[in-house]
Amino acid sequence: MAGYILRRLLAMIPLLIGITVICFFVINLAPGSAADMRVSMNPKYSETAREKFEKMYGLDKPLYEQYFIWLGKFVRLDFGDSFATDGKKVTEKIGERLPITVGLNVLSMFFIFLIGLPLGVASAYWRDSVFDRAATVAVFIGYAVPTFWLALICMYWFGVHLGWLPISGLTSYDYDSLSPAGKFLDLSRHLILPVSISVFGALAGISRFARSSTLEVLGEEYITAARARGIGEGAVLFRHALRNALLPVVTILGLSVPGLIGSSVIFESVFSIPGMGQLFYMSVMMRDYPTIMGILVIGALLTLAGNFIADVAYAFIDPRIRYGSG
Amino acid sequence: MIFKRVILCVFAFSLLFGCRNGAKEEERPQASSGGESRAEAPAVGGTNLAGDALSSSEIAEPINLIPAISSDSASHQIASYIYNGLVKYDKDLNLTGDLAESWEISPDNKSITFHLRKNVKWHDGEPFTAEDVKFTYEFMISDDTPTSYDGDFRKVTDFSVIDDYTVRVSYAEPYAPALNGWGIWIMPAHLLKGVSPSKSPLQRKPVGTGPYMLEEWDTGKSVTLKAFGDYFEGRPNLDKVMIRIIPDQATQFMELLNGSIDIMSLTSMQAARQTSSARYADKYNTYSYLDNSYTYVGYNLRKEPFNDKRVRQALSYASPRQEIIDGILFGRGVPATGPYKPGTYWYNGDVKKYEYDPEKAAALLAEAGWADKDGDGILEKNGKKLRFELITNQGNSTRSQIAEILQRSWKQIGVQVDIRVLEWATFINEYINKGNFSAIVMGWNIIQDPDIFDVWSSTRCGGSGLNFICFQNEEADRLLAAGQGSYDPAVRKAAYDKLQEILAEEQPYTFLYVPDSNTALSKRFKNVVPAPAGITYNFIDWYVPEGMRKYSFADK
Repeated sequence: MAGYILRRLLAMIPLLIGITVICFFVINLAPGSAADMRVSMNPKYSETAREKFEKMYGLDKPLYEQYFIWLGKFVRLDFGDSFATDGKKVTEKIGERLPITVGLNVLSMFFIFLIGLPLGVASAYWRDSVFDRAATVAVFIGYAVPTFWLALICMYWFGVHLGWLPISGLTSYDYDSLSPAGKFLDLSRHLILPVSISVFGALAGISRFARSSTLEVLGEEYITAARARGIGEGAVLFRHALRNALLPVVTILGLSVPGLIGSSVIFESVFSIPGMGQLFYMSVMMRDYPTIMGILVIGALLTLAGNFIADVAYAFIDPRIRYGSG
Repeated sequence: MIFKRVILCVFAFSLLFGCRNGAKEEERPQASSGGESRAEAPAVGGTNLAGDALSSSEIAEPINLIPAISSDSASHQIASYIYNGLVKYDKDLNLTGDLAESWEISPDNKSITFHLRKNVKWHDGEPFTAEDVKFTYEFMISDDTPTSYDGDFRKVTDFSVIDDYTVRVSYAEPYAPALNGWGIWIMPAHLLKGVSPSKSPLQRKPVGTGPYMLEEWDTGKSVTLKAFGDYFEGRPNLDKVMIRIIPDQATQFMELLNGSIDIMSLTSMQAARQTSSARYADKYNTYSYLDNSYTYVGYNLRKEPFNDKRVRQALSYASPRQEIIDGILFGRGVPATGPYKPGTYWYNGDVKKYEYDPEKAAALLAEAGWADKDGDGILEKNGKKLRFELITNQGNSTRSQIAEILQRSWKQIGVQVDIRVLEWATFINEYINKGNFSAIVMGWNIIQDPDIFDVWSSTRCGGSGLNFICFQNEEADRLLAAGQGSYDPAVRKAAYDKLQEILAEEQPYTFLYVPDSNTALSKRFKNVVPAPAGITYNFIDWYVPEGMRKYSFADK
């Protein structure tokens, strides 16, 4: 087991370096650089401004040299300074936004699993019933409706028309002056709309998945055997069927780890949430290479970590894998 | 959103682009009512006018509050509350003194002497002197300052401090736009001297001379400004300005309806369709005036068939401006005839106009030798079809809609257009700067100074020059130089009037429209007087009567 984990870990290093090489060169292939962006379509810069910016950003050096400079800093866990005019450290910029996005995503994911799994299992158990059909239609509506549109409708209805919920942002303007309980309440009220809407949009995937995998297990012979032995329906479903049906959920959990830092620009804009989606979008538009690389590398690390955790977790819970890999 | 003056000086022609929809760019000329005339104590009829706050929003987080370093509109908007220039535009768009009380121009037109105000303090209490102006000049031209606005300052040949409150700047040649260029943010020498600007704490905690000072910057969420008690024109009435960051305009509008924000710039559609509800009309006024920008179609004059004037004129005749304004801007704009704003001093309305006239357009194309010989509905000449690509940038739906209207309308006179929408950086670097385009839909800001040398001079053709369509006209070059070379408005006006006639005749651009700028403002603010400069020029004099106030602050 330990050998297996160690081998998997070592194999990640070349993979990560490969990812950074590809990312670095691909983002440099896009036309325009941060220096161009600073001077384009602006008559008030002097002839020397572009050179000044290129030198400042280190863009005057050959690409491979830029990469090695970047790599040299990266191995010391330094992502460099942003090319944006604030000149902040990339780690600081990501640090400001990461907790917000990860927090929201974890919260949403919790509710997606909390609602989606039982929904799928129930759909499978009462297969082709009215409930099954209704649930299917509902989750697919959620999947098909554009999130930002639904968000705007809900914001208008609950925020402006009824006035029950705040419209945008994560906290009120006077948040800092509130008591701890007030803060919690304020934050919760702000979170209701964005979390509900993202949960509604994502239920389809997990509930369909739970449904089909439960259906599959329910058709197995050992379930028939269990029923034949006169075991109660509850025990059949929860003790025998679900344990096996939900094994693949571990894979899904693992694969959704990198998704934790991702978020949609439109969704964030509509709700005025200062998250990773906007940071990444703005960085790409400005050709802010250090920030783009920082976000991509974190994404790559999380993807690798997610796969790794899923593999290891599998080995723990599924004896077949554990014994097979020695 | 307020105090736009500095941006106008600095952003001379920065393009309207990006995630905004045409009218979203909030351009509002700004100037206060002139220092001496303002009463020091903000009290009228015994009532205290000081109190309450303006809650506003920006579509993006400001990036850097040393505004010369940043180039985003949020930073510049917020900086305009915090800093002053030497000069500014008043409510009638005349250049007037700001930190400079007055100025003289030498007889040879090559140097300007500024007499500075003596009662000005920085937010930290230090006095403002000529040293600060000198420092700002050195700051702007230093290679350590990552600024994109150094062009005008590198033209200075000599900068001398005559005494604590007098400075003189000299230029090699008379250069009229320089005066307006001194509207740039003056920076505090005592805090920035000897410090690398990109490491200065002032980027997050600015210190200026303006009516408001930074109270708090809550990253990603809001910026709060508070009134500066020692402001040289007197303390502003509103205690605070709270600027929330709300990236989406539909969300902004809902926050407005909800009362969370007091002022916002409405899109044409919002202004036309969403302001009649009682929820809006009871609480808000809409102020509409012409925006400082125009939208145009530019033709690559180096290429066939656009090197033929008649083709350009034909395309202009076949462009339904009014339909574009009615259909896309919901009627909120006026047709443009040239690069200046209708109704301003520099505008010449007496030029050749191109009312929609497809017959005339067809006749001009026939005269130029274009005919549909194979009957497929598209004109040809010497075996080549009249077909080209119309390019615009992504993220601006107004422009792609314009392209679609033009495509249909030009088709009727036998011109086939393919539309292409490109990401901004690709558009600029691969197409515009390389001269690799036929026709484009774009927009320019209109600045208060009439100098448009960079866009129309033949010397600005090629490379990343802004005359990317390569307009070359000897008389135009001469007029542009004449306009730069004199400080006398009458002389300049004569030159630019003639220039507008040439542009109207030549049609290097099809000038489409100048959109309206629509501002929604809560009715509780009083003393809001619309003028040619918009409404925010006298922002420090706005007040909210007692009884209508919404916010109160313990720590005044």
